[in-house]
Amino acid sequence: MPAIEILGLEKIYSVGFWRKRAKRALHPLHLSVEEGEIFGFLGPNGAGKTTTLKILMGLVFPTSGTARILGMHLDDPRMKAQIGFLPEQPYFYDHLTARELLTYYGQLSGVDSGQLREKVGDVLDQVKLTDSANVQLRKFSKGMLQRVGIAQAILHDPKIVFLDEPMSGLDPMGRREVRNLIENLKAAGKTIFFSTHILSDAEALCDRVGILHRGQLRGVGAIPELTASVHGNVEITWRGTKTPAGIRTMFLECHATADTMRVVVPENNQEVVLETLRREGLRLISVIPVRTSLEDYFVAQLGKPEKMESVSLGT
Amino acid sequence: MNSRIFHIATNTFREAVRDRVLYNLVAFALLISAAAVLVGQISIHIERLVVINLGLTAVSLFGIVIAIFIGIGLVSKEIDKRTLYTVLSRPVRRWEFIAGKFFGLSGTLVVNTFFMAIGVFAALAYVSHHLVAADLWILVALYFIVLQFVIITALALFFSSFSTPIFSALFAFLLFIIGSFANDLRNFAALTHGVTRWFATAAAYLVPNFSELNVIAEVAHGATIPARLIILNSVYVAVYALVLLSGAVLIFERRNLK
Repeated sequence: MPAIEILGLEKIYSVGFWRKRAKRALHPLHLSVEEGEIFGFLGPNGAGKTTTLKILMGLVFPTSGTARILGMHLDDPRMKAQIGFLPEQPYFYDHLTARELLTYYGQLSGVDSGQLREKVGDVLDQVKLTDSANVQLRKFSKGMLQRVGIAQAILHDPKIVFLDEPMSGLDPMGRREVRNLIENLKAAGKTIFFSTHILSDAEALCDRVGILHRGQLRGVGAIPELTASVHGNVEITWRGTKTPAGIRTMFLECHATADTMRVVVPENNQEVVLETLRREGLRLISVIPVRTSLEDYFVAQLGKPEKMESVSLGT
Repeated sequence: MNSRIFHIATNTFREAVRDRVLYNLVAFALLISAAAVLVGQISIHIERLVVINLGLTAVSLFGIVIAIFIGIGLVSKEIDKRTLYTVLSRPVRRWEFIAGKFFGLSGTLVVNTFFMAIGVFAALAYVSHHLVAADLWILVALYFIVLQFVIITALALFFSSFSTPIFSALFAFLLFIIGSFANDLRNFAALTHGVTRWFATAAAYLVPNFSELNVIAEVAHGATIPARLIILNSVYVAVYALVLLSGAVLIFERRNLK
């Protein structure tokens, strides 16, 4: 059974003064995340990542489609007791201290009152906020609030943790700490579904990613599989400084040294370039594929044309 | 009360206290002390009347202002600040959130009224040098004032579930004013004919009847309050608040939290 099963979730908002205009935030989305996986939900700002998370959390209702988490429907309180959620740029009750806030959330999540105090202490320790545990949140920095946000998401030992842009607003040290925390959660057998537009974070952490753009899922899979599908470039180096005229237009980059030439060409042109070098009698030194990054794949997906679909409100 | 409602109510109460809502008690204490001293010097034999009237009216007005201005933000502030996201993503149903907020603010107003009531009795003891058995009817007047707060809290919460804070405050305040003249509206309806009568009667019965909940003048003059009125008012407020809260839940259950 998948941990998260999204079955055609679609969201169309009615906008304008008379709410007659339709704005599609999410095209029918089909997605499945397995237990124990770190799944990265990628996309530029406004792609529909937060809308998807809000639907999964029951904060926004889908126009059509449904989803199941741990095999249970989205409004099932038993399911909600087993998930944790960190919203984007979280804001908490700032009249409370970190300890009071976590105690409150623990009570709402049904954590046993006998264990609550200990759990709050442990989770504060995990996010390195023990020293500030009794300070009101209105005195916290943005990075500290983000850590409180992560603490409240994992406090009740959920099976699945949803994190919306967990690294946003954090300094490099903070980002590394959050990355370590996510890795620890995975090691503890948790499923993590996190949205981000920071590709290096996704590349470092995710087992699989899904790319969302303008409400459409443009690609989903393991990062090596996805990047393999993008035609990359190759770096070709030969002895000498001579450059055959017929292939010069194919060069993306060209570097000349005292006795070698190093060029980067698209993978598609590799054979033509090599054949030309052989014909000209130039001595080949190396042919090295240039690694395709997630960013290359991401940019390629964002450049694809959108599926055209009409939207009507049916009013 | 289910435990989640209790925890939400407790947090609402704690937020009100830490946001210095109870500081109004200082203003009230100053007002009632000044009134007691002043009345003691200028009134002849009507000290009790003036202190009870002034004290209970102040209790009512202070509470109504708190009920409206905190009540209108109970839902909208949580949506604007997105504090609701981390609550509703837990095993908390939306109706439980509304109920918790309602009980939290109502509790705050009860505590506030309790301290003000102590002030009123202290001022009364100061001007008349002793308390009499009839003064116990002041407790009934205070109970009715708390019932008014219950309706106003439910009204503010109802409007807050779909409207902006400014409109919610405006609607709640207008209904309080109209409701304070509900009996006059009923009398006016009886004098009219045709469609006007129909509309005036409907309006008179739809708006919350705050005039029946105001027995300050009677209590100040030493009159007794019939038990029947206490029971009827209690039932009326329970039903009226329940209808408003049900409306708030129905609207809030369908609302997208963008």
